[in-house]
Amino acid sequence: MKYMLLMNHGQVAGVPPMSEWAPEEVQAHGAAMMAIHQELAANGELVGAEGLAGPDAAKIVTHDGAGAPVVTDGPFPESKEFLAGYWLVDVESEERAIEIAARTSAAPGPGGRAVGKEIQVRPVMHASPDAEL
Amino acid sequence: MTAAPSIEDLLRDLAPHVLGAVARRYGNFDDAEDAVQEALLAAAQQWPADGLPDSPYGWLVTVTGRRMSDQLGSEQARRRREGLAAIADSSGARPPVPEHDDSLQLLFLCCHPELTPGSAIPLTLRAVGGLSTAEIARAFLVPEATMAQRISRAKQRIRESEAPFAMPSGGEWPNRLRSVLHVLYLMFNEGYAATTGPRVARGDLSAEAIRLTRMLHASLPDDPEVTGLLALMLLNEARRPARTGPAGELVRLADQDRSRWDRRSIAEGVALVSAALPSGAVGEYQLQAAIAALHDEARSAEETDWPQILALYGFLDRMTANPMVTLNRAVAVAMVDGPAAGLDLLDGIAEQLAGHHRLDAVRAHLLEMAGDDDAAIAHYRAAARRTTSLAERDYLTSRATRVGARASRSTTG
Repeated sequence: MKYMLLMNHGQVAGVPPMSEWAPEEVQAHGAAMMAIHQELAANGELVGAEGLAGPDAAKIVTHDGAGAPVVTDGPFPESKEFLAGYWLVDVESEERAIEIAARTSAAPGPGGRAVGKEIQVRPVMHASPDAEL
Repeated sequence: MTAAPSIEDLLRDLAPHVLGAVARRYGNFDDAEDAVQEALLAAAQQWPADGLPDSPYGWLVTVTGRRMSDQLGSEQARRRREGLAAIADSSGARPPVPEHDDSLQLLFLCCHPELTPGSAIPLTLRAVGGLSTAEIARAFLVPEATMAQRISRAKQRIRESEAPFAMPSGGEWPNRLRSVLHVLYLMFNEGYAATTGPRVARGDLSAEAIRLTRMLHASLPDDPEVTGLLALMLLNEARRPARTGPAGELVRLADQDRSRWDRRSIAEGVALVSAALPSGAVGEYQLQAAIAALHDEARSAEETDWPQILALYGFLDRMTANPMVTLNRAVAVAMVDGPAAGLDLLDGIAEQLAGHHRLDAVRAHLLEMAGDDDAAIAHYRAAARRTTSLAERDYLTSRATRVGARASRSTTG
């Protein structure tokens, strides 16, 4: 079963932005994330993962199909709803996807405390049916 | 793959025998499995150009042994290799009749209960089925590196559990065989209903599961559940051509064009399940096959022997205590005793299956039968929101629309 785990850009209430963390706190956070990544890769559970550049580097494009496309640059008022990154995993069960999300959420922040970032766990649709109807 | 189909088939038939021989000789399944893969690849490249060696089996054993020596890099390994080469030279033009049933031993090892199905299926496809990691990765729509890692982890688990490369002991046998059947059943279902586009590869998984189950059946022709599983696969596979419409949309059993069903598969499946059932040791695969046979033998949906199907689901439900079986029994109950009786049965499992899209889908279907269109639409839509299958979502959505259109016609007309 494939799941996409999504992390948004927004801050958690009570946790300062990463730019204000001590260098060793940033390092510990990165190490925890890397350990999860390596475990998923070693298990053959990791299909893909990417981190995205922040909203400042984003453009929003719309096109009505007739005139020129409309390209909007930041800053964007709802920047906390921007995707920060994703993991695409292929795992045995939903429980396992939730376990990975929980560990990602609990990666340490300032003072070594879990950041508690919100992780969305989204099943990936598949083409074929599960059973005959 | 550059190999002609016949060479590819030959290689895949030989793969478990070569692996069995080498793994037994070196006492090392893990490395032997890698070495066989390399030998298969070398054969697939060389044989089409150079022609078949006198003894394809001997050639593969020799080349595999050489790879093993390269890997182990020891004097001891070199001596073993020379020993293997001598065996290969004396093995003649035909593969010798294997002393041990290698494919059976390998199935028991790869479908070990210690492994999750997600690891056991790829490992079985590679070690017993002779598929390459790239082919398996394509079938599961994951990168090759991901699949390589999953297979390597599975082998590591087997090594750690010290599962012997040998037949399980008498007391362990039924449990281990159950695990093999379960893995093959899940492998078949992975490829279920696949027809076009990216689904072709998944369709191959069903074909692979049938091939491996045939192999198992050849080893254990008198086991009724093995026979039952093979029958079940053939009877379901027979309906594949009719299961999707021209645009790839799902066609439910009742609406399928039965002239497109594969009569040869049906005949074989019916013969197998008819032979297995009288043995007395009735199991869940035989029961499922018997139900599939009743569907396949009905010339039209109306002529389906629902009372018989209901009786079989009754046995199956008692045997498995699986709410998904109860769901199917509810449909049979509705066909025999009317939709109200089916809906009553659903109430009993509603708590267990709360939030599962199949519960909503079956409830919607029975409500539609009962003429309660508004409730049917609501449940079709709930099921469509909950399923993770695109094909099912489209089917359920269109079903809701169709019931809605019928309802508005009957109120205005």
